Amino acid sequence: MTTPASKADQDGREAATVLAAPKEPSKPSSRRLTFFRADTQTLSLLGVLIALIVAGGITKPDNFLAVDNFQLMITQASVIGVVTVGMTFVIISGGIDLSVGAIVALASVWATTVATQEFGFWGILFTAILVGVACGLVNGVLIAFGRMVPFIATLAMLASARGLALQITDGSTQSVTVTSVVELNYKDSYVLGIPPLALIFAGVAVIGWLVLNRTTFGRRTVAVGGNDEAARLAGIDVRRQRLYVYLLSGLCCGIAAFMLIALTSSGQNTNGNLYELDAIAACIIGGTLLSGGRGTIVGAVLGVLIFQTITNIFYLNNLETATQQIAKGAIIVVAVLVQNRTSRNQTT
Amino acid sequence: MPEFTSRRGLLFGAAAVSTGAFLTACTSNEPSDKSEDKPSEAPVADDKPGKQVTIGFAGPQADHGWLNAINDNARSRAKKYSDVTLDITEGSNDAAAQIGQIDSLINKKVDVLVILPADGKAMTQAGLKAMRAGIPVINLDRIFSSPQAYRCWIGGDNYGMGLNAGHYIGEKLKDKKDAKVVELAGLDNLELTQQRTKGFDDALKNYPNIKKVARQAAEFTVESGQAKMAGLLQAQKNFDALWNHDDDQGVGALQAIQQAGRDDFLMVGGAGAASAFEHIEKDDGVLKATVLYPPTMAASAIDLARALGQAKGIGGMAEFEIPSSVTLYSAVVDKTNVAQYKPTGFK
Repeated sequence: MTTPASKADQDGREAATVLAAPKEPSKPSSRRLTFFRADTQTLSLLGVLIALIVAGGITKPDNFLAVDNFQLMITQASVIGVVTVGMTFVIISGGIDLSVGAIVALASVWATTVATQEFGFWGILFTAILVGVACGLVNGVLIAFGRMVPFIATLAMLASARGLALQITDGSTQSVTVTSVVELNYKDSYVLGIPPLALIFAGVAVIGWLVLNRTTFGRRTVAVGGNDEAARLAGIDVRRQRLYVYLLSGLCCGIAAFMLIALTSSGQNTNGNLYELDAIAACIIGGTLLSGGRGTIVGAVLGVLIFQTITNIFYLNNLETATQQIAKGAIIVVAVLVQNRTSRNQTT
Repeated sequence: MPEFTSRRGLLFGAAAVSTGAFLTACTSNEPSDKSEDKPSEAPVADDKPGKQVTIGFAGPQADHGWLNAINDNARSRAKKYSDVTLDITEGSNDAAAQIGQIDSLINKKVDVLVILPADGKAMTQAGLKAMRAGIPVINLDRIFSSPQAYRCWIGGDNYGMGLNAGHYIGEKLKDKKDAKVVELAGLDNLELTQQRTKGFDDALKNYPNIKKVARQAAEFTVESGQAKMAGLLQAQKNFDALWNHDDDQGVGALQAIQQAGRDDFLMVGGAGAASAFEHIEKDDGVLKATVLYPPTMAASAIDLARALGQAKGIGGMAEFEIPSSVTLYSAVVDKTNVAQYKPTGFK
């Protein structure tokens, strides 16, 4: 095993070599192993997803295997999907962000006040993103420079952002009257049959993948999560890197808030309820280590899609919510057990 | 050894009382210099008209439109009467915190308490304590598990809501062969959701041509309403009517219906939100009616509390006392009568 320090040292250069020749046996490095491991993980996740699609196809062939159902599934997965991309960065850096749901709620109500709606489409989009980034900045500063434990800092943000969201709305549902936002995801707005929200999700996921795998920023995030002391010795500004990942998570929450506004045509302080748990669950079944230093965007996206497919199959078969929750819990356990097994097989 | 037991009992009792006193002393969040509001000691006095009444009001945190409307209704009703002083606590969804707030109202010796508990069963003790302290309790909506915990209960009719929604849909579809109905319920672990569904099912039994083909439970939020409705629409490619338990989640449900481009059924809502009334009045979509769960009940609760504090009955009834239980009617609001109900709509 090479240390994360040397990993960080070589930064993006190494990634480029690895990606160019991932299966070259003569140069053993932890990076290469990680890539290989992520690959089997991705394959097993894809297997689960395909198995679910087969199950859906068997139980409800007409409704499940229809174009509009896949359009629907991706639309419904898109909001939590964008949040999960940001969460993946935070967890890889060795942190956790419990405030994502609350930030989505705050951004969505702030962006749908009567005053904001006067500025139309761009006003709503700008406000949602600005609020998300600002919350992420507060999280990042508290954690990086205030030396607070991420769990505590983001828990505090969870409480206060939800409180502020409630104070802004006074508990009422803020309906959006800006037509371009309300009709953003109507059938007429589909681009070549793809729902606009799905496009945003895809865009965020691709950019997230590029940033994590092809940039210095991504390498540094992995290095900080793997061993922050070694990363510091290797010359990485660990605190600044921490600040950046929470900013990134906040940005994703802002985008997600805007998408949720378009999806529900309203802002409500209950928005984003338990998003933190859904996002963390998707990251984990996607193979991201909670202790940091390892994780993939592809896995996280597959995790989100798997959960959404289960939900969809349950809807189509008219099963109750309680059963859905049990199935969700079971999937998390099975996924993590399988991952433990594959990673043990690889290290021996 | 009876002496021993009783001594132990005495010690234990004293400890319990002092702990309780300590706890209640600690829970008061109100500044102590409000003594000029303090009414006379006797909770129930003579029947002189216009006697000053201090009403303590404790409700849950107003985290959604309906509860917010409850607070507004209580406040504006109390303001209407010159002889009523309303002492309203900061709402809390935590049963323990709300019990503390009720204790502080008891300590302030308000004349009558109006309590909308965060959880009726879990907070029965708070109602009992107030009643024992000689402060009559008007139990608003979520019922305490013991009738001794309140002097009068006033609240909505969840079963009746389902019943009226079912009958409305039934009458609309009674001439249609093999009609299909879909239900978008509220939070499934609440008893009220089960009651609404039972009422709805019971009403549909009168119409043998109608069958309920699907049911999903949302969570009273727009987000869950959108997600669950989108799933229902995908699962049910044709049905004739939809009953949605709650107008707040209905905002999301309506958006899901728009996104799916569907308009081949009629929708009935629940609760009576301002946005639902607007859609019904404009007749601009599938939403044709909504079944009330009126937040005006808080205003009526203030009326009852005032009558109780002044030891009077209520107008329109022959009795000297207010009733012990008032169940409100869940009226169906459609295009024909929406103008009348519009001012009561909550946001």
